[in-house]
Amino acid sequence: MNNLLKNSVRFILFLLIQIIILNEIPPIHQFITPYLYFIFILWLPFGTSRIATTLLGFVIGYTLDMFTNTPGLHAAAASLIGYLRPTILNILLAQQVSEELSKEPSIGSMGWGPFMIYIFAMTFIHHFYLVLLEWLQFGDFGYFIGKVFFTSGMSMLLILLAELLLNRRKLKR
Amino acid sequence: MKNIIGFIRQNYTFFSLLILQIVSLVMLSSYSKSHQTFFGNWNNTIAGKVNSKYNEWAYFFNLKATNAKLVAENVALRNELAQNFVPYDTSVKSGTLILRKDSLEKIRKFFYYPAKVVGNSFTLQKNYITIERGGLQGVKKDMAAISPDGSIVGVVVEVNDNYSKIMSLLHRNSKVSAMLKRDRIAGSIEWDGNSPDILLLKNISKSASPKIGDTVLTSPYSSSFPAQLMIGKVTSIIKGPSSNFLTLNIKSATNFYNLEFVYLVQNKRMEAQADIEQKGEGNE
Repeated sequence: MNNLLKNSVRFILFLLIQIIILNEIPPIHQFITPYLYFIFILWLPFGTSRIATTLLGFVIGYTLDMFTNTPGLHAAAASLIGYLRPTILNILLAQQVSEELSKEPSIGSMGWGPFMIYIFAMTFIHHFYLVLLEWLQFGDFGYFIGKVFFTSGMSMLLILLAELLLNRRKLKR
Repeated sequence: MKNIIGFIRQNYTFFSLLILQIVSLVMLSSYSKSHQTFFGNWNNTIAGKVNSKYNEWAYFFNLKATNAKLVAENVALRNELAQNFVPYDTSVKSGTLILRKDSLEKIRKFFYYPAKVVGNSFTLQKNYITIERGGLQGVKKDMAAISPDGSIVGVVVEVNDNYSKIMSLLHRNSKVSAMLKRDRIAGSIEWDGNSPDILLLKNISKSASPKIGDTVLTSPYSSSFPAQLMIGKVTSIIKGPSSNFLTLNIKSATNFYNLEFVYLVQNKRMEAQADIEQKGEGNE
């Protein structure tokens, strides 16, 4: 129950941060659009089933889409990373860690190396698919590659900051 | 048949992902084509409500800047008061044969409505502005939007009862007729999606001689915008070797980052103009 409440608060909190703050910042460069909302999916407990992460990804993506007037764009990308999340975690983690179902992916529970690979993979897939959909509508290859890399870098920075600021160390054994 | 159902049952997570992807892609593609979908309208109302709640807060913190803008606008309007102008002295001219029937009577073509901005984006490739004024308050599709300092903002594309959506100049499909103030040669204002500060003025004939720093205004050919509104200043000139036209980079005069209010402009003769422009095409 506690878990449900915590994740509901995160859902609303990260959506609000995305809509009210990150979408309102004047862009630093055309390649850099800061995205943080999908950290909600990254932080779901290990035990969340694949179908649940996929659906939650779709819901959070579609809610964001309502505010950016792009119905389906973020929903598609977020449901894709929701689907791929268990696969990536299974590759990265030793059996014993992923068996503790109520724990969440963090530096404390996974260690620096696997956690960095985890957030890099998720961020990169999300942005690759998101910008690909955008690119299909406008078409400019340099724009596509540049935006995928620089926006991924920016998002990883934001995720690491959130990770370090919202001190989640108490999850460590 | 049994095998197919069994296969779907085994891989139901994958199929649910597939369905979600198809749903979102269909929404995305149909939305790009027409703005009048059911979902579009429904989203507009809910997101519009949340946005206007948030906007009440943001509005409070911007009061100072808004006030300064209103004062500047008041000064500009005061300068245009009728009492500031001396009427032309017609009594000196004795031999005037043709007199207009009533030189004071003029026909009003453009009407202005104020509207509060409740949603605004400038980081995407297709940017829209949401305003709290809709069909019940007299907004119609294709009305022009200008900012309080007189520079242009965009065109209304979608209207429901209490909210409407403006296609900002910062939109890949936006196209506004414009001209250079120096020699009055017309082209069209577009946006390439790169920087929110820079617009493109395309299709300027190579016979024009634009200079860096030239002013760009709206042209009299546009049916939405009144003529001679400020758009921006030329920052650089691109000469394509294979084209007969110049492309100019324009520093936009509108500040899209802190729009609080816009004025909607209604052209009372827009239907008549659109009607006559379409009629000519049947004769070819």
